[in-house]
Amino acid sequence: MSAVLDDKTRNQALIQEVLEAYPEKAAKKRAKHLNVYEEGKPDCGVKSNIKSLPGVMTIRGCAYAGSKGVVWGPIKDMVHISHGPVGCGQYSWGTRRNYASGTVGVDNFTVLQVTSDFQEKDIVFGGDKKLDKVIDEITEIFPLARGISIQSECPIGLIGDDIEAVAKKKTKEISKTIVPVRCEGFRGVSQSLGHHIANDMVRDWVLDKADNKGFESTPYDVTIIGDYNIGGDAWSSRILLEEMGLRVIAQWSGDGTLAEMEKTPKAKLNLLHCYRSMNYISRHMEEKYGIPWVEYNFFGPSKIAASLREIASHFDDTIKENAEKVIAKYQAMVDGIIAKYKPRLTGKKVMLYVGGLRPRHVVGAYEDLGMEVVGAGYEFAHGDDYQRTTHYVKDGTLIYDDVTGFEFEKFAEKIRPDLVGSGVKEKYIFQKMGIPFRQMHSWDYSGPYHGYDGFAIFARDMDMAINSPVWSMTKAPWKK
Amino acid sequence: MSALRQIAFYGKGGIGKSTTSQNTLAALAEMGQKILIVGCDPKADSTRLILHAKAQDTVLSLAADAGSVEDLELEDVLKVGYRDIRCVESGGPEPGVGCAGRGVITAINFLEENGAYDGVDYVSYDVLGDVVCGGFAMPIRENKAQEIYIVMSGEMMAMYAANNISKGILKYANAGGVRLGGLICNERKTDKEYELADALAKKLGTKLIHFVPRDNVVQHAELRRMTVLEYDPESKQAGEYRALAQKVHANAGNGVIPTPISMDELEDLLLEFGIMSKEDESIVGKSKSAA
Repeated sequence: MSAVLDDKTRNQALIQEVLEAYPEKAAKKRAKHLNVYEEGKPDCGVKSNIKSLPGVMTIRGCAYAGSKGVVWGPIKDMVHISHGPVGCGQYSWGTRRNYASGTVGVDNFTVLQVTSDFQEKDIVFGGDKKLDKVIDEITEIFPLARGISIQSECPIGLIGDDIEAVAKKKTKEISKTIVPVRCEGFRGVSQSLGHHIANDMVRDWVLDKADNKGFESTPYDVTIIGDYNIGGDAWSSRILLEEMGLRVIAQWSGDGTLAEMEKTPKAKLNLLHCYRSMNYISRHMEEKYGIPWVEYNFFGPSKIAASLREIASHFDDTIKENAEKVIAKYQAMVDGIIAKYKPRLTGKKVMLYVGGLRPRHVVGAYEDLGMEVVGAGYEFAHGDDYQRTTHYVKDGTLIYDDVTGFEFEKFAEKIRPDLVGSGVKEKYIFQKMGIPFRQMHSWDYSGPYHGYDGFAIFARDMDMAINSPVWSMTKAPWKK
Repeated sequence: MSALRQIAFYGKGGIGKSTTSQNTLAALAEMGQKILIVGCDPKADSTRLILHAKAQDTVLSLAADAGSVEDLELEDVLKVGYRDIRCVESGGPEPGVGCAGRGVITAINFLEENGAYDGVDYVSYDVLGDVVCGGFAMPIRENKAQEIYIVMSGEMMAMYAANNISKGILKYANAGGVRLGGLICNERKTDKEYELADALAKKLGTKLIHFVPRDNVVQHAELRRMTVLEYDPESKQAGEYRALAQKVHANAGNGVIPTPISMDELEDLLLEFGIMSKEDESIVGKSKSAA
């Protein structure tokens, strides 16, 4: 029996084993989210974007997390109000490492937490008056803020506050963009609906109202969409595009500004990194402004080179030649990284569980280092993500959608990967199991991981996690 | 002192809940009972006949002015009116904003925590006509009202509402101690009204506590923001409310878990009393000119 068949049989048995632990109804439902990937199939054979089961430990977030935390929060020159009781803002404060340049409190507000701090009386009598006042206070305290977004927490939708009316009234009064976002956490099944709602608000309250009359176009204007600049990812991506001779006229939302967002409809090509969270607005701009968009992947030299060539194919020969020059320029650096780390990492097995993009996007970077992804799953992916995943994963890979804490631990216990990549809630569980771990949402206080510069850091971090001498010091308590 | 009686008046909007409850409670006060009225309606008109006031300052409006409900003292919200009846209004937002249901919950919690129920014989909740959300069901949850009196009339929609309220009571009856005390029919002079109300009460597994006849003296008293008991204590109508109060007082512990009926059964009831006739199917949906 070949190794692949071996793995397939084991993975199928593993799925049966975890399902047996559930009550019949739950097992029937969870069975649809777990599968072993079969080479040649058009998708991964799992259901997705479905409500999590009551009683399981899901790793998902909510619509507010998707809008405030992911899409809107990183826009640095706007103040984002966590509208409702204080907890949602407080506990989501500073949880994403979306770096932004600028002076905090002057023209960069990303590290602040602004909330309307609802009290009982705001629930009973409605919070619109308070919102009005919060906007006035923001205007006074932060005169250089270019705009404000209103990120709705659950009670806003329950009591039916009219935040759109407040936004319209205050926009007139203060002459700044104010964006009301109905991203109440009870909406949808995960943070994914929050991304969609946030995208729609970019469309309705920013793009539709933008005035780009004075904008001077060039044939090489592109945008970076769906890079959240975690640990500086967008910066290490942007330099490659600029070295190719492209002009990046906007990047969102990592280190992004309202003005850049407004200028996006002037792009010749939109470059989309996080498909899951920003495909909606990219499709909209294609339909309304005729701007084509292309998905790219800047994790690891193989995918970077392929993406640079793909992007260049939308432009003239100069750009195409430049793309080759950029790839050639960094080849020596890439060779050095691989020479150093590949011997230390070859054959190491990785299990991934992240949001809606990275479980597929980072596969190439691991493979560049001789590593192998043996399990992959998403918190909030949809069917089209699992289709795209087939371009990355190999035959026999274990696929787990909206994995439960129990399933994830059980899988890792049996597969014993050399590395698990997931979030902070998972980190210490796996480390206590003796399995090296890297946080793949936040880059574990490191990064960037995008681009050639990011690959050097990525390789170092994976080596550091897997080959740390600490693992040889751990001993099972029953082994004297 | 006997155990605290917690009662509540529910019923279709405009049926005369507040008028009936205030007159009944005034009669109970006349019998020497110590009464607390908790108005649970954003309109805050449950205590006007007792206090001779247009509208009382409410728990929630005072809390909003003071900052939060924790900043209030019981004396701020408790007013004393006719025959020492204590009155509180929960209040709530103007129509179309905020969450009135949450307001009722907030206000009742405040009253309990601050000892508003100490030293009274009766707490009476007067609740908004339609139980539109969980907040308005607060008074019938555990440890609140034990006896619900449904104010109704012989009109179709009032009976329909009475049946719906019974469904709400049934929902909470098994989890907590709430029971249906009975129906109070406020006469509208519809056909065979007494018989119909009595029949509905039987269907619901309860009894018609009292049939309150229509009398203009109620309106005369209302214009003066008074109960009939205070405005014209010698009137026949004052006697009716005294009779009702006696029956409520004697009804302690006699509440039942209601047996609500289906819409079809309710219509059958109307047929039975000739309010609707068999031939009615043919007139459904036909305008006067078409008939």
